[in-house]
Amino acid sequence: MSVIIFAETWEGKFKKATFEAVSYGARVAASLGTETIALTIGNLNDDAVVLGKYGASKTITVQGDYANFSNATYANIINQVAAQQGATMIIVSGTSNGKSLAPALSVNFDAALITNATALPESTSALSVQRSVFSSKGLALFQSESAKTVITIVPNAIGVAEVVGAGAVESAQVNTDGNIRAFAIDKIDRVSGKIPLPEAELVVSAGRGMKAPENWNIIEELATELGAATACSKPVSDIGWRPHSEHVGQTGIQINPNLYIAVGISGAIQHLAGVSASKKIVVINTDPEAPFFKAADYGIVGDAFDVVPKLTAAIKAYKANN
Amino acid sequence: MKILVCISHVPDTTSKINFTNNNASFDTSGVQFIINPYDEFGLTRALWIKEKQGGSVTVATVGTNLTEPTIRKALAIGADDAIRIDAEATDAFFVAKQLAALVQENAYDMVICGQESIDYNGGQVPGMLAALLNWPFVNSCTRLELEGTTATVTREIDGRKETSTAALPIVIGGKKGLVEEKDLRIPNMRGIMTARTKPLTVRAAVDATKHTHVLRFDKPAAKAAVKLIDKENVAELVRLLHEEAKVI
Repeated sequence: MSVIIFAETWEGKFKKATFEAVSYGARVAASLGTETIALTIGNLNDDAVVLGKYGASKTITVQGDYANFSNATYANIINQVAAQQGATMIIVSGTSNGKSLAPALSVNFDAALITNATALPESTSALSVQRSVFSSKGLALFQSESAKTVITIVPNAIGVAEVVGAGAVESAQVNTDGNIRAFAIDKIDRVSGKIPLPEAELVVSAGRGMKAPENWNIIEELATELGAATACSKPVSDIGWRPHSEHVGQTGIQINPNLYIAVGISGAIQHLAGVSASKKIVVINTDPEAPFFKAADYGIVGDAFDVVPKLTAAIKAYKANN
Repeated sequence: MKILVCISHVPDTTSKINFTNNNASFDTSGVQFIINPYDEFGLTRALWIKEKQGGSVTVATVGTNLTEPTIRKALAIGADDAIRIDAEATDAFFVAKQLAALVQENAYDMVICGQESIDYNGGQVPGMLAALLNWPFVNSCTRLELEGTTATVTREIDGRKETSTAALPIVIGGKKGLVEEKDLRIPNMRGIMTARTKPLTVRAAVDATKHTHVLRFDKPAAKAAVKLIDKENVAELVRLLHEEAKVI
């Protein structure tokens, strides 16, 4: 028996979400009394041994020309290694790629699939895991009715845990010549070199209160000073002020950063559905009656064009003194 | 071009979410149901493809007869016919098996689903369906173009934009971008009238195992009251974020 964790990489480097997934897998494996095996696909620019620090007793590398992600091929490879290792559970971080491959993986692996887990399993004898439902307006305890289970975890929901000790690294052989029907990537354009929103720890977001797209420089400056990703509300992406890839909310991206700063966003229920899982929320709005204040931890009633540059300066000053 | 659009019947985006039956069930009392917003983008896209290239658009859902008003709305928007697979949709694998059985009996060229439903947010059915059929699958799809029998798709993820191609048949997990919000079709009076007479076939569910079930629902912990900070004292906010919230 073993627990396999898909150790996702981007341009050959481990994603931060991967360390969290390995930490999660190690804790699940400990309660099951089984081995923790991390699995990487494609050529690495990182040292695979680093995953031992997060609890992988062994890291298996599958080398080859897998730089371009393919949900079907990746699911096939993970399934082959899981079979070789006698795995009963596979853990995948709920990144864009993780969400794309987990359903195929669960079908191939003949396993139950529980997506968007927000906590460690409540029970591992009859496996049950809490997950977010109704766009973070509810939580549900899902039970697996299969002997095998695939779990995807919400990035940044559980956190990393470092352990003492290093794991071994070995490589595995797989056969991907079979009849796998998949989309082939022709082209990858970088939309921006910024921090990916779904995995960001800090997010600065703005809405119609910014009045015009050219006013976003103060938002960008605050985000840069904090090392945060930028996001926006739905109306702002619908009118084309900001790209759709920044739209957070019920029909956009659902996020749960450590800190979400909302500037000039009133806080419609559909917006809250995408961000209410954030650990701390700061709302800056001219309207003291904005519904967002009810969902906030900290609030400033004031004009964004006055408050945001002051906040950027205050963070700069704080960083200089600490 | 025969297109199948899978739709979910979900609570309206403004619904208050409550649980009943000792937290074992979602409380549907007073809740308005709508076509899952992610699915609506795919439905309009499918209608555009049909209008350009000919063919048909069928909508399918797995649900009880309570879902029929939602199905009729999809017909009013412009789908040609509808299939309701008569079962409660409580497990994604069960739903995917139902849809796979339907697809295997009909020669669809393409299945368009929303990337997830806004009730359970599982994001599981489209990928499972593609795996059961062994058809190419793209998730979080924001663009879909057809050239003969080749589909070109885009997904925007993690600060990059991937463009991929595959030969039909395919499964799409779609979202906004397939069409823009302003281009979404809404039912007009003529559509509503004709929807009443369009075929809505009820089909028995095939045998399929369920892989999961819900033991209990909970509401997230309530937030404490907001701490307001004077706009002339933003340094205080920075101090609180560092010392109290410990997030910076």
